[in-house]
Amino acid sequence: MFSYCVDPDSLETLAWMSCYLTTGVHMSFYMAFLKVLGLLAVTAPVALGFGFLGAMAARSGFGPLRWFGKTYIAIVRGVPDIAFFLFFVIALDQALEWLRHKALCPDWDMPIRQGNDFIVCQAAKLPAGSAPEWIHETYGFALAVITFAIVFGAFAANVLFGGMRAVPHAQLETAAAYGMTPRQTFWRVLVPQMWVYALPGLSNLWMVLIKATPLLFLLGIEDIVYWARELGGTKTSRFTDYPHGDWRMWYFLALLVFYLAFTKVSEIALEKLMIRLTHGQATTGGEAQRRAAS
Amino acid sequence: MKSLIFTTAALAIVAGSAFAQTVRMGTEGAYPPYNFINDSGEVDGFERELGDELCARAELTCEWVKNDWDSIIPNLVSSNYDTIMAGMSITDERDEVIDFTQDYYPPTESAYVALSEGVDLEGGIVSAQTATIQAGYVAESGATLVEFATPEETIAAVRNGEADAVFADYDYLLPLVEESGGELMFVGEGVPLGGGVGMGLRESDTELRDKFDAAITSMKEDGSLNALLDKWFGEGVGTY
Repeated sequence: MFSYCVDPDSLETLAWMSCYLTTGVHMSFYMAFLKVLGLLAVTAPVALGFGFLGAMAARSGFGPLRWFGKTYIAIVRGVPDIAFFLFFVIALDQALEWLRHKALCPDWDMPIRQGNDFIVCQAAKLPAGSAPEWIHETYGFALAVITFAIVFGAFAANVLFGGMRAVPHAQLETAAAYGMTPRQTFWRVLVPQMWVYALPGLSNLWMVLIKATPLLFLLGIEDIVYWARELGGTKTSRFTDYPHGDWRMWYFLALLVFYLAFTKVSEIALEKLMIRLTHGQATTGGEAQRRAAS
Repeated sequence: MKSLIFTTAALAIVAGSAFAQTVRMGTEGAYPPYNFINDSGEVDGFERELGDELCARAELTCEWVKNDWDSIIPNLVSSNYDTIMAGMSITDERDEVIDFTQDYYPPTESAYVALSEGVDLEGGIVSAQTATIQAGYVAESGATLVEFATPEETIAAVRNGEADAVFADYDYLLPLVEESGGELMFVGEGVPLGGGVGMGLRESDTELRDKFDAAITSMKEDGSLNALLDKWFGEGVGTY
């Protein structure tokens, strides 16, 4: 990157480091941090949406919808993440390609499954075989977001379901007595009050989600843990200008600092949110706030 | 007549899309000198250079994709990429699942590396990478096998004493031994293993395999493959 980096062997430690840490492959490492943050920023709201829908379905008065919601929560919570990630993503990918294949290539006469091989016509490939690499990566990223959202959505649904049940029943009865319809009761009385009960559970989920991002590599996305392992490995002078020994410890130490700092910031933000949500609620926390103010 | 026209039209479409197809080349990117990630973050190594030349000769557009070694075959058969060039030895077990071109690297010699002479290679603990021919060999040799997902970890296991020796391709170990400053050394005899390194393809992809096969043959005939082997693995390796 810098002009003096032409011959790294002759450099002092500090200058050598400045060259080493700005190589193209390190840029990919830094990009991976953005990738992880991006994934979290997209996945968290989507998963919360899934959770909200799941919780609404699970307490619905309409039988089939309620069974669907409860089944979703039970199955996804029960299956190990890693199995879900390996199985579901490949199945989803193949299902999409199979549907496109049926629609786009009706004349195809060869079987789709030939022994181990899964073959669809070129036009049905997702993304298209000729697409540039960044489209493939974006597609993989989208699959990752969907998978994360489904897994964490199930946990969020359970938390929100509990939160909805924790709202004092007298509140809902009062709303009904005032002549509110069930829909109005739900949106105006139940939902605004349930967050304070759901937040501790949701904040737990958020912390787990942050730490679950290395699962990305299972989906072929090069995340920070992959790069730390790759960059930290022993490098010999034949294949790089910056040979070094086994430095994985230092790279993983950097990851440790990153994750700790990130969870600490999250904790502070969630604490602030909790104070806001507690305001005016009929809970111990809300009562304490009222006393402190008066 | 009508159906004939339709068939021709359909064929033209199929031919057209086949022409525009990009061949995606899967590799591990963690096994120098076969394949590794260079300082600018790109796939590099013997197989990168060879693969690009093969694609040029077969008049294909190729693109390189990285994939974990563990799932490199499953992702090939589910069509996430079209070939594997990852120092993969041709074995009967793999041949049942995927197809191989002819070898572009002669049957490889595998070797043991340890911290000191006199390590018990038949009764001790030997590390190897998961799902490799070396792991299979160690498991049958009587030694206790410890497997790791990446080649790097197999070496680290020897350095920190978790394993007595590591068993891997000679060409992978050589630069590591040379630069370890005497810490690591070759022990025991080399073991010839496998049926040479070839390019893996889906069994149904016979057309693509024939193209690459022809390109490899032409590189063997004009000596350019030997030149590449000598460049990446040292003089005298090229024997085609």
